[in-house]
Amino acid sequence: MTQATSLPHQFSDQFFAGARACVPVVISVAAYGIVWGVLARGTGLSLLEVMLMSALVFAGSAQFVALDLWTTTPASLPIGPLIVAALIVNLRYLLLTATLRPLYGPGEQLKGALTMAIVSDETWAMTIAEMRKGHGTAAFLLGGGVLAYFCWLATTVIGHTLGSFIDNPARYGLDFAFTATFLALLLGMWKGKADLLPWLTAALAAIVAARLIEGSWYILVGGLVGSFVGAVSDKVRHVD
Amino acid sequence: MLTSPEALLAIFGMALVTLAIKAGGLLLAGRMPQAGFAAAWLKHIPGAVMASLVAPALVTGSAAEVIAAAATALIYALTRNLFAAMAIGVAAVYLARLALAA
Repeated sequence: MTQATSLPHQFSDQFFAGARACVPVVISVAAYGIVWGVLARGTGLSLLEVMLMSALVFAGSAQFVALDLWTTTPASLPIGPLIVAALIVNLRYLLLTATLRPLYGPGEQLKGALTMAIVSDETWAMTIAEMRKGHGTAAFLLGGGVLAYFCWLATTVIGHTLGSFIDNPARYGLDFAFTATFLALLLGMWKGKADLLPWLTAALAAIVAARLIEGSWYILVGGLVGSFVGAVSDKVRHVD
Repeated sequence: MLTSPEALLAIFGMALVTLAIKAGGLLLAGRMPQAGFAAAWLKHIPGAVMASLVAPALVTGSAAEVIAAAATALIYALTRNLFAAMAIGVAAVYLARLALAA
């Protein structure tokens, strides 16, 4: 899974391959972007605030949580809680970006760290799927990431501008695009029976955590528990 | 109203912690051993995270989501095409919700 030395034409090939591969997941990004934009307008965010938040924070779940805390009077805006909420909701990214380590050589830490700004659940998943097939490069991740980034920015602005003039995408089942895409990606990652135990424990832990704790903790809890069980089971069967 | 200093501060703060976490995972992984238990643990993270993303949505959803998930899985197993699986899943949930609401 080490990265091949990337010649210029390989970079653009990989960049566009990443963008193309991410089209199905970007549809789910767009559906959520519209919904968030409409809700942000209802919450009282200005167009400039929507653009700044989508462009700089670029994290859907954190932006949804921010709407719960946002107030229209600046003096009472809970700045500290907004920042802490973003930190907590995004903790799962520690797990996601840790798995992208093989994409960057020893001297590319800074480049990698900066590229992480455009990583989202969706493009992370597509890149991981590509890495599992023995491909997957930093340029592939960047291509998908840039597409998702501009799509998120554009659709949140569209949602804010058109407001209630547009239908909720959930009416057309588009809210299911995320679950459907990740289910298919998960099936594509199946390598054999050794995956069954970590996946089942992850799913169970996530279901229980989602019942007990509000917010997106369930992703972090399920990811940690499932991967830990997977590593222990590898050790027991001596296959590491 | 364009924006306020308070809103700008909140947005910049949110952006800063988000980037710190996203970059932090990558940089921390670079300091972890490349073999043994830590490597095995890292290797299992993607599947575990994806299972965690999907599972709660399926058990808390209605029968429409379960039917659509089955359709998605079937189409993906048959075609290995992500876009087709996603499109069928969305169409299935749309139709199943209509059918169940009627």
